[in-house]
Amino acid sequence: MRIIVFLIILLCAWQGVYYMAVDVLQVSYAYQVPSPVGIGECLVNLCEDGELFISLGYSVYRCIVGYIISVAVGMLIGLMLNRFKFLADNLRPVILGIQTLPSVCWIPFAMMWFGLPRGILSGSILFVIIMGSSFGISISVYNSIKNVQPIYKMVAETMGTGKNKLYMHVILPACLPELIAGLKHGWSFAWRALMAGEVMTTCTGIGQTLVNGRDLNDINQVALVMIVIVVVGIVVEKVIFFPVERRIALKRGLEEAKG
Amino acid sequence: MSIILNDISVKYENSPEYILRDVNIEINEGEFVCIVGQSGCGKSTLLKLVAGLQKPCHGNIVCNGKIVKTPGSDRVVMFQEHGLYPWLNVFDNVEFGMKMNNVPKEEREEKAMYYLSMVGLDDYKEYYIHQLSGGMRQRVALARALAMESDILLMDEPFSALDKQTSNRLREELQNICLRTGKTVLFVTHSVEEAVYLADRVIVLSSSTGEIDSEIEIELPRPRTVYSSEFVDLRHKILDLVKGEIA
Repeated sequence: MRIIVFLIILLCAWQGVYYMAVDVLQVSYAYQVPSPVGIGECLVNLCEDGELFISLGYSVYRCIVGYIISVAVGMLIGLMLNRFKFLADNLRPVILGIQTLPSVCWIPFAMMWFGLPRGILSGSILFVIIMGSSFGISISVYNSIKNVQPIYKMVAETMGTGKNKLYMHVILPACLPELIAGLKHGWSFAWRALMAGEVMTTCTGIGQTLVNGRDLNDINQVALVMIVIVVVGIVVEKVIFFPVERRIALKRGLEEAKG
Repeated sequence: MSIILNDISVKYENSPEYILRDVNIEINEGEFVCIVGQSGCGKSTLLKLVAGLQKPCHGNIVCNGKIVKTPGSDRVVMFQEHGLYPWLNVFDNVEFGMKMNNVPKEEREEKAMYYLSMVGLDDYKEYYIHQLSGGMRQRVALARALAMESDILLMDEPFSALDKQTSNRLREELQNICLRTGKTVLFVTHSVEEAVYLADRVIVLSSSTGEIDSEIEIELPRPRTVYSSEFVDLRHKILDLVKGEIA
Protein backbone atom coordinates (compact mmCIF):
# COMPACT_ATOMS: atom_id res chain seq x y z
CA MET A 1 0.00 0.00 0.00
CA ARG A 2 2.79 2.35 1.02
CA ILE A 3 4.63 1.75 -2.21
CA ILE A 4 1.57 2.79 -4.24
CA VAL A 5 1.31 6.08 -2.36
CA PHE A 6 5.04 6.57 -2.86
CA LEU A 7 4.74 5.92 -6.60
CA ILE A 8 1.84 8.36 -6.95
CA ILE A 9 3.86 11.06 -5.16
CA LEU A 10 6.83 10.30 -7.40
CA LEU A 11 4.71 10.58 -10.57
CA CYS A 12 3.23 13.88 -9.40
CA ALA A 13 6.70 15.25 -8.64
CA TRP A 14 7.87 14.09 -12.07
CA GLN A 15 4.94 15.81 -13.80
CA GLY A 16 5.69 18.91 -11.70
CA VAL A 17 9.32 18.97 -12.85
CA TYR A 18 8.18 18.62 -16.46
CA TYR A 19 5.68 21.47 -16.05
CA MET A 20 8.31 23.73 -14.45
CA ALA A 21 11.07 22.97 -16.94
CA VAL A 22 9.02 23.08 -20.15
CA ASP A 23 6.04 25.36 -19.53
CA VAL A 24 7.08 27.78 -16.76
CA LEU A 25 10.84 28.27 -16.99
CA GLN A 26 11.06 27.16 -20.63
CA VAL A 27 14.61 25.84 -20.17
CA SER A 28 13.85 22.59 -22.08
CA TYR A 29 11.90 21.63 -25.18
CA ALA A 30 8.95 19.27 -24.81
CA TYR A 31 10.67 16.61 -26.89
CA GLN A 32 13.55 16.46 -24.40
CA VAL A 33 11.61 15.71 -21.24
CA PRO A 34 9.27 12.74 -20.88
CA SER A 35 6.29 13.20 -18.60
CA PRO A 36 3.88 10.78 -16.96
CA VAL A 37 0.93 12.30 -18.81
CA GLY A 38 2.75 12.12 -22.15
CA ILE A 39 3.76 8.54 -21.51
CA GLY A 40 0.18 7.71 -20.62
CA GLU A 41 -1.11 9.21 -23.87
CA CYS A 42 1.55 7.36 -25.80
CA LEU A 43 0.59 4.10 -24.09
CA VAL A 44 -3.06 4.60 -25.14
CA ASN A 45 -2.02 5.36 -28.73
CA LEU A 46 0.30 2.36 -29.03
CA CYS A 47 -2.32 0.10 -27.48
CA GLU A 48 -5.07 1.37 -29.75
CA ASP A 49 -3.26 0.62 -32.98
CA GLY A 50 -1.95 -2.61 -31.45
CA GLU A 51 1.68 -1.87 -32.20
CA LEU A 52 2.78 -2.33 -28.61
CA PHE A 53 1.20 -5.79 -28.36
CA ILE A 54 2.50 -6.98 -31.70
CA SER A 55 6.07 -5.85 -31.08
CA LEU A 56 6.05 -7.10 -27.49
CA GLY A 57 4.66 -10.44 -28.66
CA TYR A 58 7.39 -10.75 -31.28
CA SER A 59 10.09 -9.92 -28.75
CA VAL A 60 8.87 -12.24 -26.02
CA TYR A 61 8.39 -15.09 -28.47
CA ARG A 62 11.89 -14.58 -29.85
CA CYS A 63 13.36 -14.41 -26.38
CA ILE A 64 11.60 -17.59 -25.27
CA VAL A 65 12.83 -19.54 -28.29
CA GLY A 66 16.38 -18.20 -27.86
CA TYR A 67 16.28 -18.88 -24.15
CA ILE A 68 15.13 -22.47 -24.58
CA ILE A 69 18.01 -23.11 -26.98
CA SER A 70 20.39 -21.35 -24.58
CA VAL A 71 19.26 -23.52 -21.69
CA ALA A 72 19.74 -26.67 -23.76
CA VAL A 73 23.19 -25.58 -24.94
CA GLY A 74 24.17 -24.29 -21.50
CA MET A 75 23.08 -27.48 -19.75
CA LEU A 76 24.98 -29.59 -22.23
CA ILE A 77 28.19 -27.59 -21.83
CA GLY A 78 27.79 -27.48 -18.05
CA LEU A 79 27.33 -31.24 -17.84
CA MET A 80 30.29 -31.86 -20.15
CA LEU A 81 32.50 -29.60 -18.04
CA ASN A 82 31.44 -31.53 -15.00
CA ARG A 83 31.91 -34.92 -16.57
CA PHE A 84 35.35 -34.34 -18.14
CA LYS A 85 37.90 -32.72 -15.89
CA PHE A 86 40.22 -31.69 -18.74
CA LEU A 87 37.36 -29.72 -20.31
CA ALA A 88 36.69 -27.95 -17.04
CA ASP A 89 40.38 -27.09 -16.62
CA ASN A 90 40.88 -25.80 -20.14
CA LEU A 91 37.52 -24.57 -21.38
CA ARG A 92 36.20 -22.88 -18.25
CA PRO A 93 38.63 -19.92 -18.41
CA VAL A 94 37.71 -19.44 -22.07
CA ILE A 95 34.00 -19.47 -21.26
CA LEU A 96 34.50 -17.03 -18.40
CA GLY A 97 36.37 -14.82 -20.84
CA ILE A 98 33.62 -14.94 -23.47
CA GLN A 99 31.13 -14.10 -20.75
CA THR A 100 32.77 -10.74 -20.12
CA LEU A 101 32.06 -9.79 -23.74
CA PRO A 102 28.86 -7.68 -23.87
CA SER A 103 26.31 -9.43 -26.03
CA VAL A 104 25.94 -6.35 -28.25
CA CYS A 105 29.48 -7.10 -29.52
CA TRP A 106 28.20 -10.31 -31.10
CA ILE A 107 25.88 -8.43 -33.44
CA PRO A 108 28.37 -7.62 -36.24
CA PHE A 109 29.59 -11.21 -36.12
CA ALA A 110 26.03 -12.55 -36.16
CA MET A 111 25.10 -10.43 -39.18
CA MET A 112 28.12 -11.66 -41.14
CA TRP A 113 27.04 -15.23 -40.49
CA PHE A 114 23.27 -14.98 -40.73
CA GLY A 115 22.66 -11.71 -42.60
CA LEU A 116 20.29 -8.94 -41.61
CA PRO A 117 17.48 -10.10 -39.35
CA ARG A 118 14.26 -10.91 -41.21
CA GLY A 119 10.97 -12.29 -39.93
CA ILE A 120 10.13 -13.33 -36.40
CA LEU A 121 12.87 -15.86 -35.82
CA SER A 122 15.96 -14.59 -37.53
CA GLY A 123 19.18 -16.54 -37.16
CA SER A 124 21.27 -13.54 -36.24
CA ILE A 125 19.09 -12.41 -33.35
CA LEU A 126 18.81 -15.95 -31.96
CA PHE A 127 22.57 -16.27 -32.27
CA VAL A 128 23.09 -13.13 -30.19
CA ILE A 129 20.69 -14.39 -27.51
CA ILE A 130 22.39 -17.77 -27.36
CA MET A 131 25.84 -16.22 -27.17
CA GLY A 132 24.62 -13.83 -24.52
CA SER A 133 23.06 -16.32 -22.14
CA SER A 134 24.15 -19.91 -22.75
CA PHE A 135 27.67 -19.52 -21.36
CA GLY A 136 26.43 -17.99 -18.13
CA ILE A 137 23.96 -20.86 -17.81
CA SER A 138 26.67 -23.44 -18.49
CA ILE A 139 28.92 -22.02 -15.77
CA SER A 140 26.10 -21.99 -13.25
CA VAL A 141 25.14 -25.56 -14.16
CA TYR A 142 28.76 -26.59 -13.68
CA ASN A 143 29.09 -24.77 -10.36
CA SER A 144 25.80 -25.97 -8.97
CA ILE A 145 26.72 -29.59 -9.65
CA LYS A 146 30.18 -29.08 -8.22
CA ASN A 147 28.82 -27.51 -5.05
CA VAL A 148 26.59 -30.47 -4.17
CA GLN A 149 27.59 -31.56 -0.67
CA PRO A 150 29.77 -34.69 -0.89
CA ILE A 151 27.84 -36.29 1.96
CA TYR A 152 24.71 -36.48 -0.22
CA LYS A 153 26.60 -38.48 -2.81
CA MET A 154 28.37 -40.66 -0.25
CA VAL A 155 25.12 -41.59 1.46
CA ALA A 156 23.56 -42.59 -1.86
CA GLU A 157 26.63 -44.55 -2.96
CA THR A 158 26.85 -46.53 0.26
CA MET A 159 23.24 -47.52 -0.29
CA GLY A 160 24.15 -48.91 -3.68
CA THR A 161 22.88 -46.10 -5.94
CA GLY A 162 24.02 -46.38 -9.57
CA LYS A 163 25.56 -43.50 -11.56
CA ASN A 164 22.44 -42.53 -13.52
CA LYS A 165 20.15 -42.72 -10.53
CA LEU A 166 22.66 -40.66 -8.58
CA TYR A 167 22.29 -37.86 -11.13
CA MET A 168 18.50 -38.07 -11.26
CA HIS A 169 17.67 -38.56 -7.60
CA VAL A 170 20.52 -36.87 -5.74
CA ILE A 171 22.58 -34.44 -7.79
CA LEU A 172 19.68 -32.83 -9.68
CA PRO A 173 17.48 -32.16 -6.64
CA ALA A 174 20.49 -31.15 -4.54
CA CYS A 175 21.63 -28.49 -7.00
CA LEU A 176 18.12 -27.26 -7.85
CA PRO A 177 18.14 -24.01 -5.83
CA GLU A 178 21.43 -22.88 -7.33
CA LEU A 179 20.43 -24.15 -10.76
CA ILE A 180 17.22 -22.10 -10.79
CA ALA A 181 19.12 -18.99 -9.71
CA GLY A 182 21.44 -19.60 -12.67
CA LEU A 183 18.52 -20.09 -15.06
CA LYS A 184 17.00 -16.85 -13.81
CA HIS A 185 20.18 -14.97 -14.55
CA GLY A 186 20.26 -16.71 -17.92
CA TRP A 187 16.82 -15.30 -18.69
CA SER A 188 17.85 -11.75 -17.86
CA PHE A 189 20.98 -12.16 -19.99
CA ALA A 190 18.82 -13.43 -22.86
CA TRP A 191 16.38 -10.52 -22.52
CA ARG A 192 19.22 -7.97 -22.53
CA ALA A 193 20.91 -9.63 -25.50
CA LEU A 194 17.63 -9.58 -27.39
CA MET A 195 17.13 -5.88 -26.69
CA ALA A 196 20.66 -5.16 -27.90
CA GLY A 197 19.92 -7.14 -31.04
CA GLU A 198 16.61 -5.42 -31.72
CA VAL A 199 17.90 -1.93 -31.09
CA MET A 200 20.95 -2.41 -33.27
CA THR A 201 19.15 -4.03 -36.19
CA THR A 202 15.81 -3.66 -37.89
CA CYS A 203 13.08 -6.15 -37.17
CA THR A 204 9.67 -5.90 -35.60
CA GLY A 205 10.00 -6.00 -31.85
CA ILE A 206 9.90 -3.88 -28.75
CA GLY A 207 13.52 -2.83 -29.29
CA GLN A 208 12.53 -1.38 -32.69
CA THR A 209 9.58 0.43 -31.15
CA LEU A 210 12.16 2.08 -28.91
CA VAL A 211 14.27 3.14 -31.89
CA ASN A 212 11.14 4.35 -33.73
CA GLY A 213 10.46 6.63 -30.79
CA ARG A 214 13.79 8.30 -31.35
CA ASP A 215 13.20 8.54 -35.10
CA LEU A 216 9.85 10.24 -34.42
CA ASN A 217 11.46 12.57 -31.89
CA ASP A 218 8.96 11.22 -29.36
CA ILE A 219 10.72 10.95 -26.02
CA ASN A 220 7.53 9.74 -24.37
CA GLN A 221 7.51 6.68 -26.60
CA VAL A 222 11.19 6.06 -25.81
CA ALA A 223 10.54 6.30 -22.07
CA LEU A 224 7.40 4.17 -22.35
CA VAL A 225 9.20 1.36 -24.14
CA MET A 226 12.04 1.46 -21.62
CA ILE A 227 9.50 1.06 -18.84
CA VAL A 228 7.81 -1.80 -20.71
CA ILE A 229 11.17 -3.58 -21.06
CA VAL A 230 11.79 -3.28 -17.33
CA VAL A 231 8.26 -4.43 -16.51
CA VAL A 232 8.61 -7.54 -18.67
CA GLY A 233 11.83 -8.39 -16.81
CA ILE A 234 10.20 -7.94 -13.42
CA VAL A 235 7.04 -9.84 -14.36
CA VAL A 236 9.00 -12.85 -15.60
CA GLU A 237 11.05 -12.92 -12.42
CA LYS A 238 8.11 -12.44 -10.05
CA VAL A 239 5.57 -14.61 -11.86
CA ILE A 240 7.73 -17.48 -13.12
CA PHE A 241 10.95 -17.77 -11.13
CA PHE A 242 10.02 -16.37 -7.76
CA PRO A 243 7.23 -18.86 -6.89
CA VAL A 244 9.44 -21.81 -7.85
CA GLU A 245 12.37 -20.52 -5.81
CA ARG A 246 10.17 -19.80 -2.84
CA ARG A 247 8.55 -23.22 -2.90
CA ILE A 248 11.93 -24.94 -2.90
CA ALA A 249 13.29 -22.68 -0.15
CA LEU A 250 10.28 -23.24 2.09
CA LYS A 251 10.34 -26.98 1.66
CA ARG A 252 14.01 -27.18 2.56
CA GLY A 253 13.83 -24.72 5.42
CA LEU A 254 16.08 -22.23 3.67
CA GLU A 255 13.53 -19.48 4.24
CA GLU A 256 11.01 -18.85 6.97
CA ALA A 257 7.33 -18.96 6.05
CA LYS A 258 5.63 -15.63 6.48
CA GLY A 259 2.17 -15.16 8.03
CA MET B 1 34.08 -63.89 9.51
CA SER B 2 31.99 -60.99 8.38
CA ILE B 3 34.62 -58.27 7.88
CA ILE B 4 38.34 -58.96 7.48
CA LEU B 5 40.96 -56.23 7.15
CA ASN B 6 44.25 -57.62 5.81
CA ASP B 7 47.46 -55.61 6.36
CA ILE B 8 45.80 -52.29 5.70
CA SER B 9 48.10 -49.30 5.25
CA VAL B 10 47.15 -45.77 4.26
CA LYS B 11 49.37 -42.75 3.78
CA TYR B 12 49.07 -39.60 1.76
CA GLU B 13 51.62 -38.95 -0.95
CA ASN B 14 52.74 -35.65 0.48
CA SER B 15 53.32 -36.96 4.00
CA PRO B 16 55.91 -39.44 5.30
CA GLU B 17 53.68 -40.57 8.18
CA TYR B 18 51.23 -43.42 7.97
CA ILE B 19 47.61 -42.74 8.83
CA LEU B 20 47.03 -46.47 9.18
CA ARG B 21 49.80 -49.04 9.23
CA ASP B 22 49.58 -52.83 9.05
CA VAL B 23 46.10 -52.93 10.48
CA ASN B 24 44.59 -56.39 10.79
CA ILE B 25 41.10 -56.76 12.16
CA GLU B 26 38.64 -59.62 11.99
CA ILE B 27 35.05 -59.00 12.89
CA ASN B 28 32.67 -61.88 13.46
CA GLU B 29 29.11 -62.04 12.29
CA GLY B 30 26.83 -60.29 14.74
CA GLU B 31 29.73 -58.70 16.59
CA PHE B 32 29.70 -55.05 17.67
CA VAL B 33 33.18 -53.57 17.37
CA CYS B 34 34.08 -50.05 18.44
CA ILE B 35 37.17 -48.22 17.24
CA VAL B 36 38.44 -45.50 19.56
CA GLY B 37 41.46 -43.23 19.46
CA GLN B 38 42.66 -39.66 19.53
CA SER B 39 41.30 -37.44 16.83
CA GLY B 40 43.39 -37.81 13.70
CA CYS B 41 44.30 -41.41 14.46
CA GLY B 42 42.69 -42.64 11.27
CA LYS B 43 39.57 -44.18 12.70
CA SER B 44 37.25 -42.46 10.26
CA THR B 45 39.60 -43.36 7.42
CA LEU B 46 39.36 -46.99 8.50
CA LEU B 47 35.58 -46.83 8.27
CA LYS B 48 35.68 -45.21 4.86
CA LEU B 49 37.93 -48.01 3.64
CA VAL B 50 35.44 -50.65 4.76
CA ALA B 51 32.62 -48.61 3.19
CA GLY B 52 34.57 -48.56 -0.09
CA LEU B 53 34.62 -44.76 -0.22
CA GLN B 54 38.42 -44.72 -0.05
CA LYS B 55 41.08 -47.17 -1.21
CA PRO B 56 43.95 -48.44 0.96
CA CYS B 57 47.54 -48.01 -0.28
CA HIS B 58 48.26 -51.55 0.75
CA GLY B 59 46.22 -54.54 1.83
CA ASN B 60 42.61 -55.44 1.22
CA ILE B 61 39.28 -55.72 2.94
CA VAL B 62 36.97 -58.70 2.63
CA CYS B 63 33.29 -58.37 3.50
CA ASN B 64 31.13 -61.49 3.45
CA GLY B 65 33.76 -63.26 1.35
CA LYS B 66 34.13 -60.53 -1.27
CA ILE B 67 36.93 -58.00 -1.64
CA VAL B 68 35.70 -54.42 -1.15
CA LYS B 69 36.23 -52.26 -4.22
CA THR B 70 33.30 -49.87 -4.34
CA PRO B 71 30.57 -48.77 -1.91
CA GLY B 72 27.70 -51.22 -1.76
CA SER B 73 24.34 -51.73 -0.11
CA ASP B 74 25.70 -54.71 1.86
CA ARG B 75 27.62 -52.23 4.06
CA VAL B 76 25.40 -49.26 4.85
CA VAL B 77 27.08 -46.27 6.50
CA MET B 78 25.67 -43.86 9.03
CA PHE B 79 27.62 -40.61 9.20
CA GLN B 80 28.09 -37.97 11.85
CA GLU B 81 26.39 -35.43 9.57
CA HIS B 82 23.14 -37.23 8.92
CA GLY B 83 23.22 -36.56 5.15
CA LEU B 84 19.43 -36.66 4.95
CA TYR B 85 17.98 -35.11 1.81
CA PRO B 86 16.25 -31.79 2.50
CA TRP B 87 14.06 -32.13 -0.60
CA LEU B 88 12.46 -35.34 0.68
CA ASN B 89 10.27 -35.78 3.73
CA VAL B 90 11.13 -38.20 6.53
CA PHE B 91 9.32 -41.12 4.97
CA ASP B 92 10.84 -40.64 1.52
CA ASN B 93 14.29 -40.35 3.06
CA VAL B 94 13.91 -43.69 4.82
CA GLU B 95 12.54 -45.22 1.64
CA PHE B 96 15.27 -43.75 -0.57
CA GLY B 97 17.86 -46.54 -0.45
CA MET B 98 15.27 -49.21 -1.16
CA LYS B 99 13.92 -47.19 -4.07
CA MET B 100 17.42 -46.98 -5.54
CA ASN B 101 17.66 -50.75 -5.29
CA ASN B 102 14.32 -51.31 -7.06
CA VAL B 103 12.50 -52.73 -4.07
CA PRO B 104 8.77 -52.95 -4.94
CA LYS B 105 6.68 -50.03 -3.68
CA GLU B 106 4.55 -51.95 -1.18
CA GLU B 107 7.49 -53.71 0.42
CA ARG B 108 9.32 -50.40 0.60
CA GLU B 109 6.47 -48.62 2.35
CA GLU B 110 5.98 -51.44 4.80
CA LYS B 111 9.67 -51.52 5.76
CA ALA B 112 9.98 -47.76 5.96
CA MET B 113 7.07 -47.63 8.40
CA TYR B 114 8.47 -50.56 10.37
CA TYR B 115 11.87 -48.93 10.90
CA LEU B 116 10.40 -45.49 11.47
CA SER B 117 8.34 -46.89 14.30
CA MET B 118 11.44 -48.72 15.58
CA VAL B 119 13.15 -45.35 16.08
CA GLY B 120 9.88 -43.86 17.38
CA LEU B 121 9.22 -41.43 14.56
CA ASP B 122 6.19 -42.92 12.82
CA ASP B 123 4.20 -39.77 13.64
CA TYR B 124 6.73 -37.58 11.85
CA LYS B 125 6.77 -39.23 8.46
CA GLU B 126 5.40 -36.20 6.61
CA TYR B 127 7.90 -33.78 8.18
CA TYR B 128 10.77 -32.24 6.28
CA ILE B 129 14.27 -32.52 7.70
CA HIS B 130 14.62 -28.90 8.77
CA GLN B 131 11.55 -29.32 10.97
CA LEU B 132 13.26 -31.98 13.10
CA SER B 133 15.63 -31.66 16.06
CA GLY B 134 19.22 -32.93 15.81
CA GLY B 135 18.36 -36.12 17.67
CA MET B 136 15.36 -36.82 15.47
CA ARG B 137 17.45 -36.31 12.34
CA GLN B 138 19.97 -38.87 13.54
CA ARG B 139 17.09 -41.25 14.28
CA VAL B 140 15.80 -40.85 10.74
CA ALA B 141 19.31 -41.53 9.44
CA LEU B 142 19.41 -44.66 11.59
CA ALA B 143 16.04 -45.79 10.28
CA ARG B 144 17.22 -45.18 6.72
CA ALA B 145 20.35 -47.28 7.34
CA LEU B 146 18.39 -50.06 9.07
CA ALA B 147 15.80 -50.15 6.31
CA MET B 148 18.47 -51.36 3.89
CA GLU B 149 18.55 -54.53 6.02
CA SER B 150 22.22 -55.06 5.31
CA ASP B 151 24.11 -57.52 7.53
CA ILE B 152 26.79 -54.93 8.17
CA LEU B 153 26.28 -51.46 9.60
CA LEU B 154 29.14 -48.96 9.61
CA MET B 155 28.78 -46.00 11.94
CA ASP B 156 31.07 -42.98 11.92
CA GLU B 157 30.56 -41.06 15.18
CA PRO B 158 26.80 -40.96 14.56
CA PHE B 159 25.95 -39.37 17.93
CA SER B 160 28.93 -37.05 18.38
CA ALA B 161 27.25 -33.89 17.20
CA LEU B 162 24.33 -34.30 19.63
CA ASP B 163 23.95 -33.11 23.20
CA LYS B 164 24.78 -35.57 25.97
CA GLN B 165 21.24 -36.52 26.95
CA THR B 166 20.16 -37.13 23.37
CA SER B 167 23.24 -39.14 22.51
CA ASN B 168 22.83 -41.27 25.65
CA ARG B 169 19.24 -42.01 24.74
CA LEU B 170 20.13 -42.82 21.16
CA ARG B 171 22.92 -45.22 22.09
CA GLU B 172 20.49 -46.98 24.39
CA GLU B 173 18.06 -47.33 21.51
CA LEU B 174 20.85 -48.51 19.23
CA GLN B 175 21.81 -51.18 21.74
CA ASN B 176 18.24 -52.45 21.89
CA ILE B 177 17.92 -52.44 18.12
CA CYS B 178 21.18 -54.34 17.71
CA LEU B 179 20.12 -56.93 20.26
CA ARG B 180 16.95 -57.42 18.21
CA THR B 181 18.45 -57.45 14.73
CA GLY B 182 21.81 -59.14 15.38
CA LYS B 183 23.73 -56.95 12.94
CA THR B 184 27.47 -56.83 12.55
CA VAL B 185 28.47 -53.29 13.50
CA LEU B 186 31.69 -51.36 13.10
CA PHE B 187 31.32 -48.23 15.17
CA VAL B 188 33.83 -45.38 15.26
CA THR B 189 33.74 -43.00 18.20
CA HIS B 190 35.96 -40.72 20.26
CA SER B 191 33.85 -41.39 23.34
CA VAL B 192 35.28 -44.24 25.40
CA GLU B 193 32.11 -44.39 27.46
CA GLU B 194 30.04 -44.89 24.33
CA ALA B 195 32.42 -47.63 23.18
CA VAL B 196 32.29 -49.55 26.47
CA TYR B 197 28.53 -49.17 26.57
CA LEU B 198 27.93 -50.53 23.10
CA ALA B 199 30.76 -52.83 22.08
CA ASP B 200 31.56 -56.49 22.30
CA ARG B 201 35.14 -55.51 21.60
CA VAL B 202 36.95 -52.17 21.64
CA ILE B 203 39.94 -51.52 19.40
CA VAL B 204 42.27 -48.67 20.34
CA LEU B 205 44.08 -47.08 17.41
CA SER B 206 47.38 -45.33 17.95
CA SER B 207 47.53 -41.85 16.51
CA SER B 208 51.32 -41.69 16.43
CA THR B 209 52.01 -44.85 14.46
CA GLY B 210 48.67 -45.62 12.86
CA GLU B 211 48.81 -49.15 14.24
CA ILE B 212 46.41 -50.98 16.52
CA ASP B 213 47.40 -50.21 20.09
CA SER B 214 45.26 -52.77 21.87
CA GLU B 215 42.04 -54.76 21.75
CA ILE B 216 39.78 -55.18 24.74
CA GLU B 217 36.89 -57.62 24.97
CA ILE B 218 33.93 -56.16 26.83
CA GLU B 219 32.11 -58.99 28.55
CA LEU B 220 29.68 -56.97 30.62
CA PRO B 221 26.10 -58.33 30.48
CA ARG B 222 23.50 -56.32 28.57
CA PRO B 223 21.68 -54.07 29.06
CA ARG B 224 24.64 -52.20 30.48
CA THR B 225 24.69 -49.36 32.93
CA VAL B 226 27.43 -46.78 33.04
CA TYR B 227 27.38 -46.68 36.87
CA SER B 228 28.48 -50.26 37.61
CA SER B 229 32.00 -50.55 39.01
CA GLU B 230 33.05 -52.97 36.26
CA PHE B 231 31.95 -50.44 33.67
CA VAL B 232 33.87 -47.62 35.32
CA ASP B 233 36.99 -49.80 35.63
CA LEU B 234 36.91 -50.74 31.94
CA ARG B 235 36.28 -47.17 30.96
CA HIS B 236 39.31 -45.96 32.91
CA LYS B 237 41.47 -48.75 31.55
CA ILE B 238 40.65 -47.83 27.94
CA LEU B 239 40.83 -44.11 28.62
CA ASP B 240 44.38 -44.64 29.92
CA LEU B 241 45.25 -46.55 26.77
CA VAL B 242 43.93 -43.75 24.58
CA LYS B 243 45.64 -41.08 26.66
CA GLY B 244 48.90 -43.07 26.96
CA GLU B 245 49.09 -42.59 23.24
CA ILE B 246 50.26 -39.00 23.50
CA ALA B 247 52.27 -39.34 26.75
